[in-house]
Amino acid sequence: MKRWYMLTVVGRDQPGIVAALTDALFRAGANLGEASMVRLGGSFTIMMMVETEQDESGIRALLGPAGLSLGLKLHVDTIEAHLHSHVEPNVRVTVYGADRPGIVAQVTAALASRGFNILDLESDVAGTPEQPIYVMTIDGHSAESATAIEKLLLPLREKGVEVGAEPLETLVG
Amino acid sequence: MLHYPDIRLKQVSVPVSSFDQALREFLCDLEDTMRASPGCVGLAAPQVNYFQRIVIVDVSGKPGIAHNGRMLLVNPEMVSREGEAVGREGCLSVPDYTGNVARAERICVRAQDGNGEWREYRCEGYEARAVLHEIDHLDGLLFLDRLVSKRELFRRKAYRT
Repeated sequence: MKRWYMLTVVGRDQPGIVAALTDALFRAGANLGEASMVRLGGSFTIMMMVETEQDESGIRALLGPAGLSLGLKLHVDTIEAHLHSHVEPNVRVTVYGADRPGIVAQVTAALASRGFNILDLESDVAGTPEQPIYVMTIDGHSAESATAIEKLLLPLREKGVEVGAEPLETLVG
Repeated sequence: MLHYPDIRLKQVSVPVSSFDQALREFLCDLEDTMRASPGCVGLAAPQVNYFQRIVIVDVSGKPGIAHNGRMLLVNPEMVSREGEAVGREGCLSVPDYTGNVARAERICVRAQDGNGEWREYRCEGYEARAVLHEIDHLDGLLFLDRLVSKRELFRRKAYRT
């Protein structure tokens, strides 16, 4: 019986990682679902939904050769797919400032206190090694307005972090 | 309603040549279909399997934005476009997906009405986005053909302000 799994992959970034893994999965008859693949720092990271008749150890075995030659760490979890049920974000939070510990914790604690559901979070460390800056965008679903969310985050500005929230409106045509 | 990957959505629609009772009945049907879809602010004829250059847009239900009310655009032509803004779009013909699309901020469009009379409309912001989204359907283009990434969005925005 086919089942869905979440495959997590981390390794030193290099060309060919996605091709090697997805080729092995395709040859084994697996189907891919949604995925997020991105270079974070010098690492390449993959979170990918995989549907296959193999069990968790079978997936690890079939990806073993590619993983070994590319120096990748692989992790497999059984999941429920829940495809075709995207939640539409209605608020975007943008944050940037001089990088320092605690930015994410403080922003997300404030958001969590109002039941804000993070759907997509991207962050980068930019600037220079001497003066790193942190840039983050969060798309989420909030029962409260963007104005209320921005007001909630305003105290962080006093700590030198630029924060803002804006409504995300999706045009349907 | 056609849903992608139905390839008929990728075909170019032909101009309307006869402004007759059949056209006016179709315009009524198109409007009924749009109004029956919650949150829908526009519809193009090819979405309902009718490959003539007809779109309808009505963003007047959104609070606090400039609009022309209900716009029935037959054989629409772009007169001018300026500016660029990225916004989120979905489509009745592409269920369960939304994405960021760059569109002109202000447009001028001319089109015929149900009687064949030409009229010009100036649109901005959300309404301009809706008109451009719908006119794209007439050329076999979906918002999927114009996606930009969220990272791109942030960079564009950071540059502008």
